[in-house]
Amino acid sequence: MIFQRTPRNTPRILAVASGGGHWVQLLRLREAFAGAEVHYATVDPSAAAVVRPAPVHVYPDANKETKVKLALAAFRLLMIVLKVRPDVVISTGAAGGFFAIRFARLIGARTLFVDSIANARHLSVTAQMCRGVADRVVSQWPDVARQSGAEFWGSVL
Amino acid sequence: MIFATVGTQLPFDRLLTALDDWASTHPEVRVMAQTGRTDGTFAHMECAENLGQTEFTTAFEAARVIVAHAGMGSILSASELGKPILLMPRRAALGEHRNDHQLDTAAEMASLPNVTVVQDGKDLASALDRLLGQRDCAVAGSAKASALLIANLQNFIFASVALEMRG
Repeated sequence: MIFQRTPRNTPRILAVASGGGHWVQLLRLREAFAGAEVHYATVDPSAAAVVRPAPVHVYPDANKETKVKLALAAFRLLMIVLKVRPDVVISTGAAGGFFAIRFARLIGARTLFVDSIANARHLSVTAQMCRGVADRVVSQWPDVARQSGAEFWGSVL
Repeated sequence: MIFATVGTQLPFDRLLTALDDWASTHPEVRVMAQTGRTDGTFAHMECAENLGQTEFTTAFEAARVIVAHAGMGSILSASELGKPILLMPRRAALGEHRNDHQLDTAAEMASLPNVTVVQDGKDLASALDRLLGQRDCAVAGSAKASALLIANLQNFIFASVALEMRG
Protein backbone atom coordinates (compact mmCIF):
# COMPACT_ATOMS: atom_id res chain seq x y z
CA MET A 1 0.00 0.00 0.00
CA ILE A 2 1.59 3.25 -1.12
CA PHE A 3 0.49 5.18 1.96
CA GLN A 4 1.88 2.65 4.42
CA ARG A 5 4.64 4.12 6.56
CA THR A 6 7.66 2.26 7.89
CA PRO A 7 7.50 1.35 11.60
CA ARG A 8 9.96 3.26 13.75
CA ASN A 9 11.74 2.52 17.01
CA THR A 10 10.80 5.92 18.35
CA PRO A 11 7.09 6.39 17.71
CA ARG A 12 6.09 9.60 15.97
CA ILE A 13 3.04 11.22 17.55
CA LEU A 14 0.78 13.76 15.92
CA ALA A 15 -0.98 15.54 18.80
CA VAL A 16 -4.00 17.53 17.63
CA ALA A 17 -6.13 20.11 19.43
CA SER A 18 -7.99 23.28 18.51
CA GLY A 19 -7.67 26.34 20.75
CA GLY A 20 -8.70 27.12 24.32
CA GLY A 21 -9.48 24.21 26.59
CA HIS A 22 -8.73 21.56 23.97
CA TRP A 23 -5.16 22.82 23.64
CA VAL A 24 -4.64 23.24 27.40
CA GLN A 25 -5.78 19.66 27.93
CA LEU A 26 -3.41 18.39 25.24
CA LEU A 27 -0.51 20.16 26.96
CA ARG A 28 -1.31 18.33 30.17
CA LEU A 29 -0.72 15.00 28.43
CA ARG A 30 2.84 15.89 27.42
CA GLU A 31 4.51 13.88 30.17
CA ALA A 32 3.23 10.72 28.46
CA PHE A 33 4.95 11.73 25.20
CA ALA A 34 8.48 11.52 26.68
CA GLY A 35 10.57 9.19 24.52
CA ALA A 36 8.46 9.81 21.40
CA GLU A 37 8.89 12.29 18.55
CA VAL A 38 6.00 14.74 18.82
CA HIS A 39 4.42 16.96 16.18
CA TYR A 40 1.57 19.26 17.18
CA ALA A 41 -1.32 20.46 15.04
CA THR A 42 -3.45 23.34 16.31
CA VAL A 43 -5.28 26.50 15.21
CA ASP A 44 -3.17 29.18 16.87
CA PRO A 45 0.33 29.90 15.49
CA SER A 46 1.35 31.51 18.81
CA ALA A 47 1.14 28.03 20.38
CA ALA A 48 4.50 27.23 18.78
CA ALA A 49 6.32 29.19 21.49
CA VAL A 50 4.81 26.94 24.15
CA VAL A 51 5.94 23.58 22.76
CA ARG A 52 9.18 24.63 21.03
CA PRO A 53 11.27 22.94 19.68
CA ALA A 54 8.54 20.47 18.66
CA PRO A 55 7.14 21.22 15.18
CA VAL A 56 3.71 22.89 15.12
CA HIS A 57 1.38 22.60 12.11
CA VAL A 58 -1.51 25.06 11.89
CA TYR A 59 -5.03 24.42 10.56
CA PRO A 60 -8.04 26.78 10.37
CA ASP A 61 -10.33 26.97 13.42
CA ALA A 62 -13.78 25.71 12.46
CA ASN A 63 -16.94 24.14 13.82
CA LYS A 64 -20.26 22.78 12.55
CA GLU A 65 -21.51 26.32 11.89
CA THR A 66 -18.61 27.28 9.62
CA LYS A 67 -18.92 24.66 6.87
CA VAL A 68 -16.47 26.13 4.37
CA LYS A 69 -13.78 26.59 6.99
CA LEU A 70 -14.50 23.08 8.22
CA ALA A 71 -13.76 21.72 4.75
CA LEU A 72 -10.55 23.77 4.63
CA ALA A 73 -9.55 22.44 8.05
CA ALA A 74 -10.18 18.88 6.85
CA PHE A 75 -8.04 19.41 3.77
CA ARG A 76 -5.26 21.02 5.75
CA LEU A 77 -5.27 18.15 8.27
CA LEU A 78 -5.07 15.64 5.41
CA MET A 79 -1.93 17.45 4.21
CA ILE A 80 -0.50 17.50 7.75
CA VAL A 81 -1.14 13.78 8.26
CA LEU A 82 0.46 12.88 4.92
CA LYS A 83 3.46 15.09 5.66
CA VAL A 84 4.06 13.98 9.27
CA ARG A 85 3.16 10.30 8.70
CA PRO A 86 2.54 9.65 12.38
CA ASP A 87 2.54 6.24 14.07
CA VAL A 88 0.13 7.52 16.69
CA VAL A 89 -2.50 10.29 16.56
CA ILE A 90 -3.87 11.67 19.82
CA SER A 91 -6.50 14.40 19.92
CA THR A 92 -8.32 16.23 22.70
CA GLY A 93 -10.75 17.72 20.13
CA ALA A 94 -12.50 19.33 18.66
CA ALA A 95 -13.57 18.73 15.01
CA GLY A 96 -9.99 18.92 13.72
CA GLY A 97 -9.11 15.92 15.83
CA PHE A 98 -11.80 13.87 14.11
CA PHE A 99 -10.37 14.70 10.68
CA ALA A 100 -6.80 13.94 11.75
CA ILE A 101 -7.90 10.58 13.14
CA ARG A 102 -9.98 9.77 10.06
CA PHE A 103 -7.07 10.48 7.69
CA ALA A 104 -4.47 8.85 9.93
CA ARG A 105 -6.39 5.59 9.67
CA LEU A 106 -5.63 5.63 5.93
CA ILE A 107 -1.92 5.35 6.68
CA GLY A 108 -2.41 2.77 9.41
CA ALA A 109 -1.65 4.96 12.42
CA ARG A 110 -3.08 4.10 15.82
CA THR A 111 -5.54 6.72 16.94
CA LEU A 112 -6.94 7.95 20.24
CA PHE A 113 -9.59 10.56 20.94
CA VAL A 114 -9.67 11.96 24.48
CA ASP A 115 -13.00 13.70 25.00
CA SER A 116 -12.81 17.06 26.77
CA ILE A 117 -13.24 17.11 30.52
CA ALA A 118 -15.91 19.74 29.82
CA ASN A 119 -18.21 16.92 28.71
CA ALA A 120 -19.16 15.81 32.20
CA ARG A 121 -22.64 14.46 31.31
CA HIS A 122 -22.48 13.21 27.71
CA LEU A 123 -19.84 12.40 25.11
CA SER A 124 -19.29 15.31 22.72
CA VAL A 125 -20.62 15.04 19.18
CA THR A 126 -17.03 14.79 17.94
CA ALA A 127 -16.27 11.91 20.32
CA GLN A 128 -19.40 10.12 19.11
CA MET A 129 -18.25 10.62 15.50
CA CYS A 130 -14.86 9.17 16.45
CA ARG A 131 -16.38 5.95 17.73
CA GLY A 132 -15.89 3.32 15.07
CA VAL A 133 -13.15 5.46 13.49
CA ALA A 134 -10.57 5.94 16.25
CA ASP A 135 -8.93 2.87 17.83
CA ARG A 136 -9.85 4.22 21.22
CA VAL A 137 -12.29 6.87 22.43
CA VAL A 138 -11.98 7.79 26.09
CA SER A 139 -14.09 10.00 28.36
CA GLN A 140 -12.61 11.73 31.39
CA TRP A 141 -15.69 10.91 33.45
CA PRO A 142 -16.37 7.33 34.64
CA ASP A 143 -20.16 7.79 34.48
CA VAL A 144 -20.05 9.15 30.93
CA ALA A 145 -17.78 6.27 29.91
CA ARG A 146 -20.21 3.77 31.45
CA GLN A 147 -23.35 5.11 29.80
CA SER A 148 -21.74 5.76 26.40
CA GLY A 149 -19.56 2.66 25.98
CA ALA A 150 -16.40 4.79 25.79
CA GLU A 151 -13.46 3.95 28.04
CA PHE A 152 -12.30 5.75 31.18
CA TRP A 153 -8.51 6.17 31.36
CA GLY A 154 -8.23 8.93 33.97
CA SER A 155 -8.51 12.69 33.56
CA VAL A 156 -6.38 15.79 32.94
CA LEU A 157 -7.09 17.02 36.47
CA MET B 1 -5.11 42.95 39.10
CA ILE B 2 -8.10 41.04 37.83
CA PHE B 3 -7.93 39.24 34.51
CA ALA B 4 -11.06 38.25 32.66
CA THR B 5 -11.27 35.85 29.74
CA VAL B 6 -14.31 34.62 27.85
CA GLY B 7 -12.53 32.61 25.15
CA THR B 8 -12.25 33.87 21.61
CA GLN B 9 -15.02 32.04 19.78
CA LEU B 10 -18.32 33.54 20.89
CA PRO B 11 -19.30 36.88 22.48
CA PHE B 12 -20.15 36.92 26.20
CA ASP B 13 -21.16 40.52 26.92
CA ARG B 14 -23.24 39.59 29.99
CA LEU B 15 -20.06 38.73 31.88
CA LEU B 16 -18.03 41.62 30.47
CA THR B 17 -20.74 44.18 31.26
CA ALA B 18 -21.10 42.88 34.81
CA LEU B 19 -17.37 43.07 35.37
CA ASP B 20 -17.14 46.53 33.81
CA ASP B 21 -19.90 47.71 36.16
CA TRP B 22 -17.99 46.28 39.10
CA ALA B 23 -14.79 47.93 37.86
CA SER B 24 -16.53 51.32 37.65
CA THR B 25 -17.10 51.20 41.41
CA HIS B 26 -13.57 49.90 42.15
CA PRO B 27 -11.24 52.35 40.34
CA GLU B 28 -8.35 51.25 42.57
CA VAL B 29 -8.36 47.74 41.06
CA ARG B 30 -6.81 47.22 37.65
CA VAL B 31 -9.00 45.04 35.42
CA MET B 32 -7.80 43.48 32.17
CA ALA B 33 -9.99 41.49 29.80
CA GLN B 34 -9.61 39.26 26.76
CA THR B 35 -13.03 39.96 25.32
CA GLY B 36 -13.20 37.80 22.20
CA ARG B 37 -15.71 39.05 19.64
CA THR B 38 -17.90 41.76 21.12
CA ASP B 39 -19.93 44.79 20.05
CA GLY B 40 -19.75 46.26 23.54
CA THR B 41 -17.47 48.96 24.91
CA PHE B 42 -16.09 48.57 28.39
CA ALA B 43 -14.77 51.87 29.69
CA HIS B 44 -13.41 50.63 33.01
CA MET B 45 -11.29 47.71 31.81
CA GLU B 46 -8.20 47.32 29.62
CA CYS B 47 -9.52 45.21 26.78
CA ALA B 48 -7.95 43.10 24.03
CA GLU B 49 -10.00 41.01 21.64
CA ASN B 50 -7.49 38.17 21.46
CA LEU B 51 -4.17 37.92 23.28
CA GLY B 52 -1.44 35.62 21.98
CA GLN B 53 -0.50 32.72 24.24
CA THR B 54 2.49 34.49 25.74
CA GLU B 55 0.58 37.68 26.63
CA PHE B 56 -2.32 35.59 27.86
CA THR B 57 -0.07 33.64 30.21
CA THR B 58 1.59 36.81 31.49
CA ALA B 59 -1.76 38.41 32.33
CA PHE B 60 -3.05 35.18 33.84
CA GLU B 61 -0.01 34.79 36.08
CA ALA B 62 -0.08 38.41 37.22
CA ALA B 63 -3.77 38.34 38.19
CA ARG B 64 -4.95 37.98 41.75
CA VAL B 65 -8.32 36.63 40.66
CA ILE B 66 -9.45 35.26 37.28
CA VAL B 67 -12.98 35.91 36.01
CA ALA B 68 -14.05 33.63 33.17
CA HIS B 69 -16.78 31.80 31.30
CA ALA B 70 -16.94 28.11 32.31
CA GLY B 71 -14.46 27.07 29.62
CA MET B 72 -12.01 24.31 30.44
CA GLY B 73 -9.05 26.30 29.13
CA SER B 74 -9.58 28.95 31.79
CA ILE B 75 -10.35 26.41 34.52
CA LEU B 76 -7.28 24.27 33.78
CA SER B 77 -4.97 27.26 33.49
CA ALA B 78 -6.22 28.47 36.88
CA SER B 79 -5.73 25.04 38.44
CA GLU B 80 -2.21 24.93 36.98
CA LEU B 81 -1.29 28.16 38.75
CA GLY B 82 -3.46 27.66 41.82
CA LYS B 83 -5.35 30.89 41.04
CA PRO B 84 -8.78 31.64 42.39
CA ILE B 85 -11.23 31.68 39.49
CA LEU B 86 -14.75 33.03 39.30
CA LEU B 87 -16.84 31.22 36.69
CA MET B 88 -20.02 32.44 35.02
CA PRO B 89 -21.39 29.71 32.71
CA ARG B 90 -22.70 30.68 29.28
CA ARG B 91 -26.38 30.02 28.66
CA ALA B 92 -27.72 28.72 25.35
CA ALA B 93 -31.10 30.39 26.02
CA LEU B 94 -29.37 33.78 26.03
CA GLY B 95 -27.53 33.00 22.80
CA GLU B 96 -24.20 32.70 24.59
CA HIS B 97 -23.28 29.23 23.36
CA ARG B 98 -24.54 26.43 21.15
CA ASN B 99 -25.67 24.39 24.16
CA ASP B 100 -25.70 24.43 27.97
CA HIS B 101 -22.62 22.28 28.60
CA GLN B 102 -20.98 25.15 30.51
CA LEU B 103 -23.66 24.75 33.20
CA ASP B 104 -22.57 21.11 33.60
CA THR B 105 -18.89 22.03 33.57
CA ALA B 106 -19.40 24.73 36.19
CA ALA B 107 -21.43 22.38 38.40
CA GLU B 108 -18.71 19.70 38.24
CA MET B 109 -15.82 22.13 38.72
CA ALA B 110 -17.43 23.94 41.65
CA SER B 111 -15.89 21.29 43.93
CA LEU B 112 -12.35 22.39 43.07
CA PRO B 113 -10.81 24.44 45.89
CA ASN B 114 -10.00 27.46 43.70
CA VAL B 115 -13.35 27.64 41.85
CA THR B 116 -16.34 29.88 42.64
CA VAL B 117 -19.41 29.68 40.37
CA VAL B 118 -21.83 32.57 39.86
CA GLN B 119 -24.87 32.77 37.61
CA ASP B 120 -25.35 36.51 37.13
CA GLY B 121 -23.77 39.93 37.42
CA LYS B 122 -25.02 40.61 40.95
CA ASP B 123 -23.46 37.38 42.27
CA LEU B 124 -20.31 38.15 40.35
CA ALA B 125 -19.84 41.50 42.09
CA SER B 126 -20.37 40.12 45.59
CA ALA B 127 -18.19 37.04 44.97
CA LEU B 128 -15.42 39.25 43.63
CA ASP B 129 -15.57 41.51 46.68
CA ARG B 130 -15.40 38.45 48.91
CA LEU B 131 -12.43 36.88 47.06
CA LEU B 132 -10.46 40.12 47.08
CA GLY B 133 -11.17 40.47 50.80
CA GLN B 134 -9.34 37.22 51.50
CA ARG B 135 -5.70 37.72 52.32
CA ASP B 136 -4.39 34.71 50.40
CA CYS B 137 -6.76 32.84 48.16
CA ALA B 138 -4.20 30.88 46.11
CA VAL B 139 -4.16 27.07 46.30
CA ALA B 140 -1.59 24.47 45.22
CA GLY B 141 -1.42 24.16 41.45
CA SER B 142 -0.75 21.23 39.13
CA ALA B 143 0.05 21.29 35.41
CA LYS B 144 -0.31 17.67 34.43
CA ALA B 145 -2.87 14.98 33.95
CA SER B 146 -3.59 12.33 36.57
CA ALA B 147 -0.99 9.55 36.91
CA LEU B 148 -3.61 7.07 35.71
CA LEU B 149 -4.17 8.92 32.44
CA ILE B 150 -0.44 9.38 31.83
CA ALA B 151 0.19 5.65 32.39
CA ASN B 152 -2.65 4.64 30.06
CA LEU B 153 -1.39 7.02 27.36
CA GLN B 154 2.15 5.66 27.63
CA ASN B 155 0.81 2.13 27.20
CA PHE B 156 -1.11 3.20 24.13
CA ILE B 157 1.77 5.12 22.56
CA PHE B 158 4.57 2.65 23.19
CA ALA B 159 2.61 -0.62 22.96
CA SER B 160 1.76 0.25 19.39
CA VAL B 161 5.45 0.30 18.49
CA ALA B 162 6.10 -3.01 20.26
CA LEU B 163 3.25 -4.62 18.30
CA GLU B 164 4.53 -3.36 14.98
CA MET B 165 8.08 -4.47 15.68
CA ARG B 166 6.76 -7.98 16.29
CA GLY B 167 4.41 -7.93 13.31
